[in-house]
Amino acid sequence: MPLITNYLLTLILFTPLLAALIVMLLPGDQEKLIRWTAFVLSFVPLGFALVAWFSFKPNLPGFQFQEQHQWYAAINSSYHVGIDGLSLTMVLLTTLLTPLALLASFTIKDRVKTYMILFFLLEMGMLGVFLSLDLLIFFVFWEFGLVPMYFLINQWGSEKGEREIWGGRKVSARTYASFKFMIYTMAGSLGLLLAIQMIGSLTGTFDIPVLSRVIPTATGTFFGLPASTVKAIAFWAFAIAFAIKVPVWPFHTWLPDAHTEAPTAGSMILAGVLLKLGAYGFLRLVLPFYPEQAKYYAGVLAFLAVMAIIFGAFAAYGQSDFKRLVAYSSVNHMGFVVLGIAAAAYAMNTENATIALNGAVLQMFNHGLSAAGMFFLVGVIYDRTHTRDLNDYGGLFPLVPVYGGILIFTSMASLGLPGLAGFISEFLVVRGSWPIFTLYTALAMIGLFFTGAYILKGIKQVLHGPLNEHWVGHLPEINVREVFVIAPLMVLTLSIGVWPAWILNVINRAMMMLH
Amino acid sequence: MGFPILSVIVFTPIIASLIILMIPADRKAEVRVAALAAAAFALVLSIWMYFSYDKAVAGYQFVEKHAWLPQLGISYQVGVDGMNAPLVLLTGIVMFTGVLISWKVDDRPREFFAFLFILATGVFGVFVAQDLFMLIFFYEIAVFPMYLLISIWGWKVTREYAAMKLTLYLFIGSVVALVGILAMYFTSGLGTFDMIAMEQAHFTVAFQKLVFPFVFFGFAVLGGIFPFHNWSPDGHVAAPTAVSMFHAGVLMKLGAFAALRVGIMLLPDGARFWMPWIIILTLVNVVYGAFIASVQSDFKYVIGFSSVSHMGLVAMGFATLNSQGMLGAGVQMFSHGVMTALFFAVVGMVYDQAHTREIPQLGGFRKLMPLVALAFIVGGLVSMGMPGFSGFIAEFPIFLGLWGSYPWIAIVAAISIVVTASYIIRVISRVFFGSLSPEFEGHIRDVTILDKVALVFLSGILIVLGVYPAIMVPLVQTGVQNIMRLLGGA
Repeated sequence: MPLITNYLLTLILFTPLLAALIVMLLPGDQEKLIRWTAFVLSFVPLGFALVAWFSFKPNLPGFQFQEQHQWYAAINSSYHVGIDGLSLTMVLLTTLLTPLALLASFTIKDRVKTYMILFFLLEMGMLGVFLSLDLLIFFVFWEFGLVPMYFLINQWGSEKGEREIWGGRKVSARTYASFKFMIYTMAGSLGLLLAIQMIGSLTGTFDIPVLSRVIPTATGTFFGLPASTVKAIAFWAFAIAFAIKVPVWPFHTWLPDAHTEAPTAGSMILAGVLLKLGAYGFLRLVLPFYPEQAKYYAGVLAFLAVMAIIFGAFAAYGQSDFKRLVAYSSVNHMGFVVLGIAAAAYAMNTENATIALNGAVLQMFNHGLSAAGMFFLVGVIYDRTHTRDLNDYGGLFPLVPVYGGILIFTSMASLGLPGLAGFISEFLVVRGSWPIFTLYTALAMIGLFFTGAYILKGIKQVLHGPLNEHWVGHLPEINVREVFVIAPLMVLTLSIGVWPAWILNVINRAMMMLH
Repeated sequence: MGFPILSVIVFTPIIASLIILMIPADRKAEVRVAALAAAAFALVLSIWMYFSYDKAVAGYQFVEKHAWLPQLGISYQVGVDGMNAPLVLLTGIVMFTGVLISWKVDDRPREFFAFLFILATGVFGVFVAQDLFMLIFFYEIAVFPMYLLISIWGWKVTREYAAMKLTLYLFIGSVVALVGILAMYFTSGLGTFDMIAMEQAHFTVAFQKLVFPFVFFGFAVLGGIFPFHNWSPDGHVAAPTAVSMFHAGVLMKLGAFAALRVGIMLLPDGARFWMPWIIILTLVNVVYGAFIASVQSDFKYVIGFSSVSHMGLVAMGFATLNSQGMLGAGVQMFSHGVMTALFFAVVGMVYDQAHTREIPQLGGFRKLMPLVALAFIVGGLVSMGMPGFSGFIAEFPIFLGLWGSYPWIAIVAAISIVVTASYIIRVISRVFFGSLSPEFEGHIRDVTILDKVALVFLSGILIVLGVYPAIMVPLVQTGVQNIMRLLGGA
């Protein structure tokens, strides 16, 4: 047992890599064996994450299960990992969604082995971001996660569709989307990389807890500029990198393409976890490093968040592609996360700020559940109909009553129906932000109305209305495997909606410590 | 010191080349086996040397010194420190993998391997030389066989032109460097070419300012510094695969290393005076090189210009004149050497099968040669500085060094990262993914097992160094300390 608890985070982080190696050794033509091995192995990180969850002590301040080992001594960067309530919640989300995504990937026929290996590498990259307490290690995993995602979209993405790029050359939509995803994120990370280098060069350390103490109190002049200017520049470098990942309006344009073209499981992870990396960056790095700048620019951030909420909802409503609709809904929902963060940044150390932050983190978790669920359900119907066009569906409820019920449940969770998880987190965000940014919060609530509109539109077009006779007899009901994918998400959504205390206890303490 | 390991490493290739020349020309199999045996022997010795270097003691180790022409103060003197030990290892690696992938050279393999090994001796010699005369001597030995290798075994379309251009460029460079070196020899008044002794020569600042550009640029031509870089892509493209690997992988480091060893370490005040100008040139290398690479349609030219861009980072690291930049440059020389050897090996494998290097005509090679595609992806990730691979380990300290000395340069240089990512992704998706052109269907085979060994070996090194930097960084650090001592104490 001490062996496990002493190296718990390392185990969580590197068991996916180990799983990838095991899968690599399997014979490539045994697809069934590969699928099941990958699926079973993906429970190992989840198991360790649950150990961490139950042995985590929410009332202790600071990071727990810390480990620190030399890595790149020459530039003072070490392998330093640790968790608090925030990272623990995200680790749980990641390790939980991965087995479900793998189960959802059982329909993949092409190069199953490589696919599964990439998925485990992706999981490791995401976990690394959440676990690391060293800025350089954080960046290592931040960038590393891009590579498997790029290939998942580029190779296993949707096979239909073409896009014209400059020069009039036509490329397949997935090539376009994956390239855009990669370059957008890398360009966004460039500022982050430069700012990290600058911090490393000025302070001589990359340790996040140390930097959280050093940077806010730094004064004097650097490069001939006053400290506040340098910090403001660094703040924006961090903020833009994370804003692209979240994504905050107007940096969101990579998202609809990437989500739409990615394979179902890829979209689940992309919406479920990858977007949270950006919000996590705000909470773990931006707020602790630059509290003054964050307060100063909080209004801008809140404005962008409200734009994301409203335009995200409008854009989602305007889509006729089911998957694109769900993709834009992510812009809408992640807007609430950013609104909560912006409000907290403005009124640091107040009760309202803590409430808003609690809401934001819970919203990250809830959106992880509901978005993964929605993308999966889109994938289920696409697998059967080979179309994502909402106008091609219609009146399918009688044909697939179980699927219909699940779709309505998950949509309602996304909409924020009281009793389900989304309501709790959105309420907390709104409750916390109202006294701080009253106008923006009011506008965001109007945005919430449009959220309802596009979700109902989705349900109506798919399930209700006149039956499209074309599908009669060609539309099998959701199968057992698929139910097993969605059921855990539904159970968690309901349990948080009914009794949020179990998860808020863990989050709350971390949010009070954050500032 | 018992076993003269460095001398054995240096002279193994040339002795092997003599033995190979004695094998009858039609016994090609024997020639290849002999070449592989010699390369493996040199590699094992370099690995042994690398891991038995004592980091706690630091300084020059495995030193050998024999008088050669005492009247002129020339001696045969070799030794390694933290800066050149990785480069000796690199040469061993590139030589070994170069022989592996040259197995199918069918046109006069005997002469091919003989010249390649003479080149290798020259390269080893420059890296370990501690005597300026010896350094120049080996330097010329390294440059000359290049001419023959390119003009005889090169790409038929441009080989005469490229070989001529390359040789003239490099000869002019070395003549200019030689002028500087002779000036140093006569001015020092020590009557010796021993570089360790010359470090204490205390040249006047005015003299250093005057001579530094001769020495630095003379050697840096071979390092591909802007605006003297344009021999290099032509040379890379025209050379046969193993020679391109040697050329970009090792020879360009020869230039950078000699510019450091002779220019910066012996003339530190000159370096301090000129570096603010040189860093601008290296910035052009890095950014402009990346942009030029991104508009090439010939696969091999993409890699050729990417070398210009990446070698610019090495020079940039040197130009920071601080310990972090130097450290990064030291690691980058090794990392880029392995990476670019891998790249050229891959390009060669694709070209051998497809007989074209035009990127728009290629496509879908993943299906036919999956391991080659994987190896290129690994190299590509190193090239774009992706964390977890050796490129990141090397580039990060260079940028840290830039932030310490020239923060604005760091910001501009960072543009190259995105440009590099875009052209690497483009090449990966156009050449290895996408649809296979029907004309290639059927007559393209996967690569041989020897090729695979070479690819796995090279990619493995890049990953190991990326995940576990401690395998090289502390060693390079000891070398950097020595340089910083010279820079600080002058």
